[in-house]
Formats: sequence, C-alpha cells, structure tokens
Amino acid sequence: MQSFTTVTGVVAPLDAVNVDTDAIIPKQFLKRIERKGFGQFLFYDWRYENGQEKPEFVLNKEPYRNAPILLTRKNFGCGSSREHAPWALSEFGIRVILAPSFADIFHNNCFKNGILPIVLPEEVIQSLFQQAETQPGFELSVDLASQSVKGANGFKASFEIAPYRKQLLLEGLDEVGATLKAEDRITEFEEKHKVFYQLSF
Amino acid sequence: MGKTLYRKIWEKHLVVDEKDQPSVLYIDLHLVHEVTSPQAFEGLRIQNRKVRRPDLTLATMDHSIPTRNRSLPIQDEIARKQVETLVDNCRDFGIELFDLKSANQGIVHVIAPELGITQPGQTIVCGDSHTSTHGAFGALAFGIGTSEVEHVLATQTLKQYQSKTLAINVKGELPLGTTAKDLILSIIGKYGHDFATGYVIEYRGEAIRNLSMEERMTVCNMSIEMGARAGLIAPDETTFAYLKGKECAPKGTEWEAALTEWKTLSTDEDATFDLEIDFDAEHVTPQVTWGTNPGQVVGINEKVPNPAELPENQKRSIEKALDYMGLAPETPMTEVQVDKVFIGSCTNSRIEDLRKAAAVVSGHQVAEKVEALVVPGSQLVKQQAEAEGLDQIFLQAGFEWREAGCSMCLGMNDDLVGPEERCASTSNRNFEGRQGRKARTHLVSPEMAAAAAIAGHFVDVRKWPTKELKGANV
Repeated sequence: MQSFTTVTGVVAPLDAVNVDTDAIIPKQFLKRIERKGFGQFLFYDWRYENGQEKPEFVLNKEPYRNAPILLTRKNFGCGSSREHAPWALSEFGIRVILAPSFADIFHNNCFKNGILPIVLPEEVIQSLFQQAETQPGFELSVDLASQSVKGANGFKASFEIAPYRKQLLLEGLDEVGATLKAEDRITEFEEKHKVFYQLSF
Repeated sequence: MGKTLYRKIWEKHLVVDEKDQPSVLYIDLHLVHEVTSPQAFEGLRIQNRKVRRPDLTLATMDHSIPTRNRSLPIQDEIARKQVETLVDNCRDFGIELFDLKSANQGIVHVIAPELGITQPGQTIVCGDSHTSTHGAFGALAFGIGTSEVEHVLATQTLKQYQSKTLAINVKGELPLGTTAKDLILSIIGKYGHDFATGYVIEYRGEAIRNLSMEERMTVCNMSIEMGARAGLIAPDETTFAYLKGKECAPKGTEWEAALTEWKTLSTDEDATFDLEIDFDAEHVTPQVTWGTNPGQVVGINEKVPNPAELPENQKRSIEKALDYMGLAPETPMTEVQVDKVFIGSCTNSRIEDLRKAAAVVSGHQVAEKVEALVVPGSQLVKQQAEAEGLDQIFLQAGFEWREAGCSMCLGMNDDLVGPEERCASTSNRNFEGRQGRKARTHLVSPEMAAAAAIAGHFVDVRKWPTKELKGANV
C-alpha cells in the first residue's frame, strides 16, 4: 500500500451531503476483477453525459482535475461496502478527504488504500467551502505525523486519528502479514472456540 | 455491571486485545460473493497465502448474474469472467460454492439463514454492507471491504474497534396492514440516514419480539441505511423454532448444547447502552420514499415535502432530490405513477414476503404499461413458492417470475430501471443511479409494491380489497 506522510495541493469542493458509494463508483463498473482501472469511472454519472464530460462538475474544471484533496459534506461514502470507491478515488489522485462525517465501512476502507479521511467540525468545513469557492486554486497542506491541516492564509486545524490507523498509513503496513505474526494466538483461540454448524453439501 | 448482547458476543470472539490497538476478533462465518472477492484472492496468491478456514467460508454468486434462463452462458463478458473467477478461486482454495446450477444458490443474506448456517452469537462478515441482515439471529454481522475480505480469508480474524451501543426500544404493536419494512423505514425517516453511524443497534421491545424471523431480517438488513455497523435482535423462541431442523443447524445433543449457549445471549437487565431511544410502533403507516436516500420517506397518505417550507440548510439537498426524482412539491404520494415494480432483494425476497405480495396480487392484473417482476431471494425460496403455487398467481397477474439473485436492487445484470423511469421497489436503497442511470426508486414493502403494480400508482394497501391480507400471516 502507498504510504502517507504529507500532502499539499488544491482543494476540490464537492458540495453534496450523503454522497454514496453508488455515486462514487456506479455498479456497472464493479464487474472487473482487478484492483486497478477504476479512476476513469469515478463519479461517472456526475462526470459524464453520453460519454462527454459535464463541464459544470467540479472535477471536470481546472484547477480541480488534479486536486489531491476533496472537500465534502456529512456522511460521505454511505451505502455499499465496495472498496472500488476508495480504489477509484485513489487512482484519480485523491489522497485526503475532508468532511464533517464519514460512513463507517468507507472510512475504514480508506486507510487500507492510502487515503486519509479527516473529520472536521461542520463550521470549519463550511468556512473551507467558502474559501475554496471564492478563491480558485485554494490549497491546503496536510501533515499526518503532526495531525494538522494548514492553509497559506493562516488556516489551521488539527484532527484525530487512531494510533494504529496513523501507523498503517505512515508505514503502508501489510496488515495480513502483521496479524499472521500472532498466528499462534489464533490457533490457541480456535482450540477452545466452538461453532455449531458444518458446511457439507 | 451487566453486559449488552453486543459486548457478550464481542468478548467471546476476542483473540487479541491490547491497549491502543484495534482488537483482533475471530470470525465464525465468512460469506463470499463474486463482486468483492476477486481482488482478495488475488492478494492471497501474490503473497502465497492460504485460506485459513475454508470450512468457515461459504461462497455464492448473486450480484452480477442473470435472473433469466440459466441454461445459457452469461452474455455479459465481464460478468462472466467475474463469475468464472469465483469458480476458480473456490476450487483452488477449497471453498464451498453454490454456483448457478446449485439448488442452494441465492442472495448471500438469504441462503445462510435459510440453511441454518447463520446462528445466534456468531460473528459473521461478508464483503457486502447488508450483512447486517444476519443480526436478526443475535449474530454480530457486518459488511467489510475487499482488503478485509483478504484479511479474513488469510487469518479468520478481523481488526476491529469496538462500536458504541444504541438500543431502539420499539413499543406497542405494529398496526394491521403495516409491515417490518414500514417500521424500519419509519425509524430511518424519523432519525435520519446517518443517525446510527458508529453504533451497533440492538432492536428491542414488544413490537420486535412479535416479528417473525423474516421480518426481523428486514429490520436488521436496513440498519446500514442508518449508518450502523450492525443491527442485533436477541435470540428467543421464535429464533430457535426457525433454526430447529434447518439443514446446517445442530442436531441431537449438539442442538441442546447450542441452545444452552444461545439462551445466554441477551442484554443483562442492568447493562447500559451509550444511547437509548423509544419508538412507538402504533403510529406506523405504510411508507414510501420520495427522495434519494432511505431517510427521505413519508406515509402513503402524506405528500412530497415542499422545500420552500424547510430551513435553508436542508432546502438545497431536498430540491436536488426532488429534481432527480421528477417530483413536484406537495404531490400526494397516492398520485405518483409507477413504470416498474421490483419484488426482491436481500431486504424482501423471502418466502413470507412473496406470500404477502401474492395475497395482494391474487385475482388482479398488473396495470397496463407497468412492468413487474418477482425475483425470489434463493432457489430454495423459488422452489417453495412454486410448491405453494405463488408463481402462478404472479404469472397470471402479469408479473415476470425469475431465478434467484440481487437483480434490480442494484442492476449489475440487465435487470435495470431506465432513465427517468419510476420503480416501486422492495429493495433497500433509493440512491441516484442505483437501479439504473437516472432511474427513480421508491422503497416500499412487498405488499405496497404489489398493490402499486396492480393500480399503476401507489395506494394505501390497508384499504386493498383482499380478504387474505386481513390474516396478516397468509
């Protein structure tokens, strides 16, 4: 996994509440068996009409086409558990998402894919929307080690992150490998744990 | 200090519990389907890892498969490749698979309960958000992403942070002619689409205890539509009676041992929840969503909301939803016409759902210009429905009768709602584009969907002229 230390760049304002994973990556693109190739389909129905870009959609405008930071509203990533959503965001180039809240499964999936979801209070998000919408090219700088977000205009905020998740992002850790190091504990647990079904068809 | 049901299940599955680290939780049942697993198996291959417990892993194909003629090859090449990949992966890693020819094939959240594999006190995961369904049995069940699917395949465990607990006490009785779907939609409508984010819900109270297992599954299924990690209902005699004799349920002395353990699975009287709310079942009415998330819902005798009357911060998102849905403010819901009707999905495709819909349909014809389909949740449900003659009731009325799968709930196959078409759907999500590009979804109960198919518009099913409906359990 791609590790995460600092990201500085343009903030793309996506002004919508409850952005669901069906919107982030529509179902017709979930049939692929690879981890790659989803970036081109990110926000497909919002980005394209009859195969043509919709000029009014934020990520179709300059300077947001290469924005690494997405600013959005509450409950981002709700709905389906599809990890294709963070795969698509990551491949498009999004490394940080700022919102007042995230849906649980999506939030969890971000950390597995080198994306940092940052929760900031509603009023801070609102003020960032005002700045991003009135100052084209508005940039922020995110530093994971110090858990801070800064702007050239003096904007400053700090954010919470669980220590394990921070380490996961900073090091780009192989989680499965880490768990398997404690395999003895799993075996020990299995010896005294019972399930009451058998799959034999 | 007593413990909640959630806490009891959690503690029974703790493999590693260290300070400042997520806990390592053992997983009793891992359900796998074709869409969210290929990249996980690929990850195992790259690292040369095995599936630790293939005997606790069960696969089926449900999302991207056709629901028409199963004797033909899948026409969609990319979907075919995905399905074939699941076949290869299950063969290579020794996992039981219900393929398209299996009599047990069906929607992942329908098959595990009906075979008695889903049981109280288990931890259950699947790369699918509606895994919350299995909470109806008092199992801790939740959806995970593909990276976590890989983690569970390799280790049979998952790294988890403990959730907060939320009790929803549903008081009183559901009125005649209203359903478990109306109850859960009412709760989401009242508290909102993201109300339970960060929580595991335990549904409690008289109205919940009176629900059948199928109805409890409908309620728990939609916990995720409030943002909850999982929904739980403590097991009771209804649960045990449902499980007894099921194919994979324990038998003989094993049954007795299981029962002894299952009977300990309830929240202690002196346990406390992080949040507790009371909900009155007695005022529940048949519900219809009008917007683009399940919390945007009203009673059948109400109207589409008027954004002009709402505070500024809500106005824009509601205007956006109404624009997408092609609805004018203050339109009575009973005047909303439908083009399609879908009875199916992991929310409402079980035998009871089909019986109740058939009771509404019986003796009527689907309205002109309405296309209606019934997609049983599993091949076993289909077989049972056919044995009861339900298929004939639907077919004679003009419904299509399909093979089992997720179908039009998310339209990964060719069961789609067209642009600007309006669909009465018994599924769980009315998101933009969910059932097809620009498709307009209205979530309802099976009875409400059936009545809309006949009338061509939404109607109050409580006034529907069927004597069968009065019996509630047909």
